[in-house]
Amino acid sequence: MKRILATLAFAAVALANPALAATPLTIYTYDSFVSDYGPGAKIKAAFEKTCDCTVNYVTAGDGVALLNKIKLEGAGTKADVVLGLDSNLVTEAEATGRFGLSKVDTSKVKVPNGWTDKYFVPYDWGHFAVVYDSEKMKDPPKSLDELVNGDPSQKIILEDPRTSTPGLGFLLWMKSVYGPKAGEAWAKLKPRILTTAPSWDAAYGLFTKGEAPMVLSYTTSPAYHMEVEKTERYKAAEFSEGHYMQVEVAGVIASATQQELARKFLAFMLTPDFQDEIPTTNWMFPAGETKADLPASFAKLVKPAKTFIYPSEEVNASHKAWLDEWLAVVGE
Amino acid sequence: MSGMIDIQNGHYEREGFELRMSFSVPRGAMVSVIGPSGAGKSTLLNIIAGFDQLKSGSIDLNGKDVSAAPPAARPVSFVFQDNNSFAHLSVRDNVALGIAPSLRLSAANDAVVMAAISRVGLGDLADRKPGALSGGELQRVALARVLVRQRPILLLDEPFAALGPGLRKDMMRLLQELQAEQNLTVLMVTHQPDDARAMGGDIMFVGDGQVRAPVAAAAFFKNPDQAIATYLGN
Amino acid sequence: MNNRIPSPLWLAPLVVATAAALGLMPLIFFALKQGGAISLDARVLHVARFTLWQAGLSTLLSVFPAIPLARALARQQFRGRMILLSLFAVPMSLPAVVAVLAVVSLYGVSGLLGGWFPVYGLPGILLVHAFFNLPLAAIMLHRALAAVPTENYRLAAQLDLTDTSMFRHVDWPAMRTALPRIIALVFLLCAASFVTVLTLGGPAATTLEVAIYQSLRTDFDIGRALSLSAVQVVLSLGLVLLLGKLASPVEVSQRLRLGAERFDGQRLTQRVLDVVLLLLAALLVLPPLASLALTGLSKLAVTADLGQAFATSLAIAVPSALATTALAWCLAVLQRRGGLSARIAIATSFAGLVLPPAVMATGWYFAVQPLQGGVLLAALLITSLNILMGLPFAVSALSSGLASLGETHDKLCQLLGLSGLDRLRIADGPALRPFVLQALLLAFALSFGDLTAVTLLGAQGLVTLPSLIADQMGHFQSRQAEGTALVLAALCLAASWAAQRLGQH
Repeated sequence: MKRILATLAFAAVALANPALAATPLTIYTYDSFVSDYGPGAKIKAAFEKTCDCTVNYVTAGDGVALLNKIKLEGAGTKADVVLGLDSNLVTEAEATGRFGLSKVDTSKVKVPNGWTDKYFVPYDWGHFAVVYDSEKMKDPPKSLDELVNGDPSQKIILEDPRTSTPGLGFLLWMKSVYGPKAGEAWAKLKPRILTTAPSWDAAYGLFTKGEAPMVLSYTTSPAYHMEVEKTERYKAAEFSEGHYMQVEVAGVIASATQQELARKFLAFMLTPDFQDEIPTTNWMFPAGETKADLPASFAKLVKPAKTFIYPSEEVNASHKAWLDEWLAVVGE
Repeated sequence: MSGMIDIQNGHYEREGFELRMSFSVPRGAMVSVIGPSGAGKSTLLNIIAGFDQLKSGSIDLNGKDVSAAPPAARPVSFVFQDNNSFAHLSVRDNVALGIAPSLRLSAANDAVVMAAISRVGLGDLADRKPGALSGGELQRVALARVLVRQRPILLLDEPFAALGPGLRKDMMRLLQELQAEQNLTVLMVTHQPDDARAMGGDIMFVGDGQVRAPVAAAAFFKNPDQAIATYLGN
Repeated sequence: MNNRIPSPLWLAPLVVATAAALGLMPLIFFALKQGGAISLDARVLHVARFTLWQAGLSTLLSVFPAIPLARALARQQFRGRMILLSLFAVPMSLPAVVAVLAVVSLYGVSGLLGGWFPVYGLPGILLVHAFFNLPLAAIMLHRALAAVPTENYRLAAQLDLTDTSMFRHVDWPAMRTALPRIIALVFLLCAASFVTVLTLGGPAATTLEVAIYQSLRTDFDIGRALSLSAVQVVLSLGLVLLLGKLASPVEVSQRLRLGAERFDGQRLTQRVLDVVLLLLAALLVLPPLASLALTGLSKLAVTADLGQAFATSLAIAVPSALATTALAWCLAVLQRRGGLSARIAIATSFAGLVLPPAVMATGWYFAVQPLQGGVLLAALLITSLNILMGLPFAVSALSSGLASLGETHDKLCQLLGLSGLDRLRIADGPALRPFVLQALLLAFALSFGDLTAVTLLGAQGLVTLPSLIADQMGHFQSRQAEGTALVLAALCLAASWAAQRLGQH
């Protein structure tokens, strides 16, 4: 209770007199980044050491919700930095006209296929993957095609692309591999889908309860089980076609009151002080220099031979049609 | 007009039911209200108490126009056939509500409450809850509250209908005593013409959509017109 | 009625209407600015039809068994009756994802019961909805039954009424007043169910609420979100007002003895039937809770985070429950007046279920955005949304109580000049204590377990028990999440137990 009172009191003071604190930097990000299990608190502390400033986080549910928040707030937004958009949203975000050029050198960014966008800076990335329970599945699919055409009694749990980022990722993965024939592929996959959960949490929760031997997640998910639970039971299946990638990015608001500080933060994101926190809190691959070695478990993870990623313009232009295509097949 | 209850050109209407009335009841009168069931006896009491409203006409109580006054602001006490007490309050609290709706009583007022409870013969039962009382005792609680409220008009809607003949007589005697002590103007609805006769005083007949002005009981029973005779079964 | 001066009771609908307007106006404004046709297509019809079908079936399965169940609970005395009644208030407080996982751990493919039950699909949705709502309906109906005067039961025992006539003449009239509201409540809860429907039903099970969420989130098409909401509002408000018409209060006879002492249900066949019913209900509700308790206990780590989340949840749920009950009181009294007052009161009391929370939250956020609030403002908004969502529960509980008071109670109060707070304190409050406590409990449990408002309106640093659960699940810790959920459930059980005890006369 004391901590709460203290928080409330602090908030009241901060409300009454914002000038009391050092230069404030307002970062919009998603809930789980700043949660007790996320990297938010350590990154705030690390950045505040490099400047006479105070980092204030304002949260929304996820990347899509963040972008909607910016759209709703329009020119009146209080954000300086928006952290946690996903690469699929970049075009849509730039179209709002709210974001300014990052002016950060991204040539050394370590993201498969490289990074060229002028507005957004990536801070981590990961490949989607089908994670399976090796105790229940001795012979996991070796390609997306094997998954689609495999034994319907061996089920997979998916996420809904309308409500979840991995869900959308898998939709794009299917589209990358099957193109115009994605609808047919969905129809073949349909009997293997145990259920389509609204969120990654619900899907992964069902998977660890043992409801299905496979779930759509990330190649990095097994690292958690190795690091924290000391088990190699859960593995990611490597698909021969390649894997779809998600890149998480941040950008500055063009009208931000703290332009310079905001850009300083974007540059800071690519330094080891930030990047070292990423692997074991976000369970993603760092996009910049790290000081510490990656956890040992990361070495054992699947390394996709090929990376799919649609240009963000194409996702922006076509994702509604692709959703309709998906819904027409699985929503029957 | 100097009556305690004065209604002139009163017209009541609800869902096709109509009741007209023009009468005056003097201070200190003891009036029995009789008439066929469904004729509007209870409605008449509800109009005086403020639970129902006249569509037109004037209603003066104790010389003041009360047509806009809510029930609590009228100089009226009311005893229903039952449910005169709150089940979760003691006899003492139920009576005390008549003095202070907040139940915050001065010592002097507390003595008044206890005196009223003793006056109606419930001195030993002040701390009981209604659930532990008989039907006659419950109505005594209601009368004790009438005593402490000190409103000049007392309306009773078949107050003793549920009681046996002996008990009913006792209660009517108590009512007569209280009426005399406080010079109350009493209107009592009853469906027992015998009760009306025994009470003495005046009688108001309600029937055929009319409330008739009160007449002395003796005269009422001596010269009944057609409607009254039919009601009395003569 | 003599209401020359507008009664302060009208503040309640005014507050709710203002809150709704604050939610809707900015969005309407934004939709106009955003342009784009307000479009409804054939798919909406399909979605609306599925919503009604799913919610209708769920309501049928949740409310109708609750009628004999409430009777069984009222007339059979057995060890553990209190604890069973208290446990019945727990499911409504659980975040949907926790409940779904708990149900799946029993009935799922690899569940303890061996997976014979088709949990993925409509049967699973119905099962989880029954898990949530059958006990809720049962405790509300049981409360309504407890308002029957003991005199009626004595009379019935005297006349040696058969089971059927006992039901027709004594129990049914008491339940009938409460039933339409409970049906409306459960129906709207099921229609708005989101996580349960999607997790078990998949994309084929798209409800209006999902479509609204999608247009707000993925499409960011505010116009479409508003027109879908309008469809939802028209459908649900129509239902609520229709059911409100059926909720005519019954004439209540003399009630002298407090508490209902029953004499029926002691024949062997009745006892057997009641026991079977109680066992079936216990089988529906208890095993998922037990499974939660087992996993939860093994993973329960009492940490500072847990303590803080617990305190934050309390700090939101307690004021929210108090405010909900106060507003609900005004609405329930207005509703009792009949006519237009009643219709306005019914419509306002259901606002929190009729208007999609996602729409309200978005609108509110937009409205307060210039204030640059932070944690305090977020807590205030979360509390407000919780109040809106809790109102239908609290109003239902209080309405059953008020209906049991009878006409002379009103007259007596008017005559004695008992009004306002005095009336509440001296006459109505004590007479309705169990109902007030139930209203408080339901509002508390709902707010304590709320994940909707805290997700939509939360701010950094504001971690409640349900949002801690969501955090843990989002970071691979679904088992720790069950530990946290256990703490949440345990407190609701304690609150429910306390409400039962305090409600006994």
